[in-house]
Amino acid sequence: MSSSNEPARSHGFAYGLSLNLLRKRDFYAGGLMILFGLVMALHGPSYSLGTLMHMGPGFLPTALGVILVCLGIAIAMTAVAVPPGEDEDILPAQPQWLAWACILTSPLLFIVFGTYGGLAPATFACVFVASLGDQKAGWMASIVLSTIITVFGVLLFHFVLQIPMPVLKFFEWSIL
Amino acid sequence: MITTAVSDLAHGFSVIIYDPNAWGYLSINLLWCFIGVLIGNMVGVLPGMGPLATISILLPLTFGMKPVGAIVMLGAVMYGAQYGGAICSILLNLPCHPPHAVTCLDGFPMTKQGRGGVALGVTVMASFVGASWGITEMVFLSPVLVRIALQFGPAEICSLMLLGLLAGSTLARGSPLKGVAMTVLGLMIGIVGSDIETGAERFTFGLTELDDGVELIALALGLFGVAEFMNSVNQQAEINTKYSNVRLRDMRPTKEDLKRSFFPMWRGTIVGSLCSLIPGTGPTIASFVAYATEKKISRTPELFGTGMIEGVVCPEASTHSSVQGDFIPTMSLGIPGDAVMALLLGALMIQGIVPGPQLISQHPDVFWGLVASFWIGNIMLVLLNVPLIGIWVKLLTIPYKYLYSSAMFFVCIGVYAANNDMFQVGEVLVIGILGYVLLRLGFHPAPILLGFVLGPRFEENFRRAMLISRGDILVFIERPISAVFIALCALLIGGQIYFRLKPKKKGAMPGADSVEQPLAAE
Repeated sequence: MSSSNEPARSHGFAYGLSLNLLRKRDFYAGGLMILFGLVMALHGPSYSLGTLMHMGPGFLPTALGVILVCLGIAIAMTAVAVPPGEDEDILPAQPQWLAWACILTSPLLFIVFGTYGGLAPATFACVFVASLGDQKAGWMASIVLSTIITVFGVLLFHFVLQIPMPVLKFFEWSIL
Repeated sequence: MITTAVSDLAHGFSVIIYDPNAWGYLSINLLWCFIGVLIGNMVGVLPGMGPLATISILLPLTFGMKPVGAIVMLGAVMYGAQYGGAICSILLNLPCHPPHAVTCLDGFPMTKQGRGGVALGVTVMASFVGASWGITEMVFLSPVLVRIALQFGPAEICSLMLLGLLAGSTLARGSPLKGVAMTVLGLMIGIVGSDIETGAERFTFGLTELDDGVELIALALGLFGVAEFMNSVNQQAEINTKYSNVRLRDMRPTKEDLKRSFFPMWRGTIVGSLCSLIPGTGPTIASFVAYATEKKISRTPELFGTGMIEGVVCPEASTHSSVQGDFIPTMSLGIPGDAVMALLLGALMIQGIVPGPQLISQHPDVFWGLVASFWIGNIMLVLLNVPLIGIWVKLLTIPYKYLYSSAMFFVCIGVYAANNDMFQVGEVLVIGILGYVLLRLGFHPAPILLGFVLGPRFEENFRRAMLISRGDILVFIERPISAVFIALCALLIGGQIYFRLKPKKKGAMPGADSVEQPLAAE
């Protein structure tokens, strides 16, 4: 990590502080917790709070929401204590947008192909797309890997463990 | 006391080994135990795969099994991974498994000197001794704890859970404040679904699929599968297998090695078992404390980091004794110390077994069978690790691109198989994104699982305690046992604040935060 850079404070303390704060990771971490807490605390009472003796279903969610808001404020406050230049990176040094997209698309494709195409196409699509996320991935290697996993997956999950999902289907028509 | 322990243990062994109806009188549990340690050892060796993700993937496959077999296999993955993790640390200098990060410091220099085989050999020995001690502790300590815990009313259970949750979140890695926030978030996720007492649907957002709550497997796979893959894809260090050519005959330690590692091994074991008694301090902290202790009492502390055998043996023994010891509060009190234990507890609950002090008397097969399986599993691991070391070393070279993409399939099919419901695959996706955002914001998601598993029981007992005390919140400090737990909670929070505000001494004790340190060292 770099050492603290003083010039940020030269615009006056309050200005510098708020500017620093907006760059801090913990500031957003606290903010997210406050958001979650508020959703719980504001929505909780609609499930009826009850009394302390006869607690309703809304009691604990509301209480937890309030606690989380307090924790969120505390986390955001700790961002003030961190010197400028530290803990500012929310994204990693080299963001892997393609890889992240591939990893997240993979379960999506599993849902789509699993619902409309069966286990084999779902497995192939899921593994193939996920493996494309790696920088060193080649087309051939990905296809070979996906094929191996598909064969193995169908054998293990369809025939050995008997998961009720057809291997291959097309609308009304299905194999196995 | 010893006679009952021996007869209980004998019962456990008979559950695991003997089955009058099976072919050859060998129980199927023996096979589950073997599969468990094999898979555990494998994922332990593979950089970038953890026991958490593996156990969650295997969890749905255990639904069709008997409870004993299921818990024996899942538990075996946990301690099997510890044996494999050491190989990864010593030969490759990759601290991919936090409990073994500290082993890199002296293990890898030994490998560079051509003594990697010896390091692995003494590690297996130390692991077995540490684990055996942890198991012995479990045999004798659990019944004592149970006898105390059976007196507990709802108020005591509640404050004990509070202590467990606080310790689990503040003593683990990273900022304690964020840890507590994660626990609260976990408790909240546990609230989603129908209320136990009134049946009111809470935070389901109109989705009927959420009526039964968020699926444990979806949560675990989202946080420790998808989010973890997003975090480590394309971030893998170049694997350097230049030094990792180890054969069986290299593993034999000399007399000098054995003499030097004898006392550190026992010291590590003791440190590990002490750490496992404090809820929340898992194997990671135990190994760091053990390393620091060993360095402090050594006559040549300046040589640590240059390939001292003591620096390998001591943390490894303590990791293993702590891993086995962690099962004590989980199985005898129903209070898990870390995320893996929470997952195992969840597995028991799915099997219809209510965790808590009544578990040992109601399901002696499960408890004593598990204890016996530890011993059998550890012997299997020694046998697997010594002659087959060459195969494990080969596994180290599997590239990450093959690992995570195949794992994505197992994540999807695993969570689908849990209920045969595609909705849950979507749940994994959403939780995975949330988990990655939390990781990037500096949160460690492990306490979420702790809160999630304990949440419903906490709420139930809290409500019951309030009902019995007629709405008097002071009941928690009026009942003496409960008051002790509350006082410990206060001590924990006070201690954390005190250590945060006190200016840090440089180079005092290596905390769990310095896990990244060995990576930078090379």
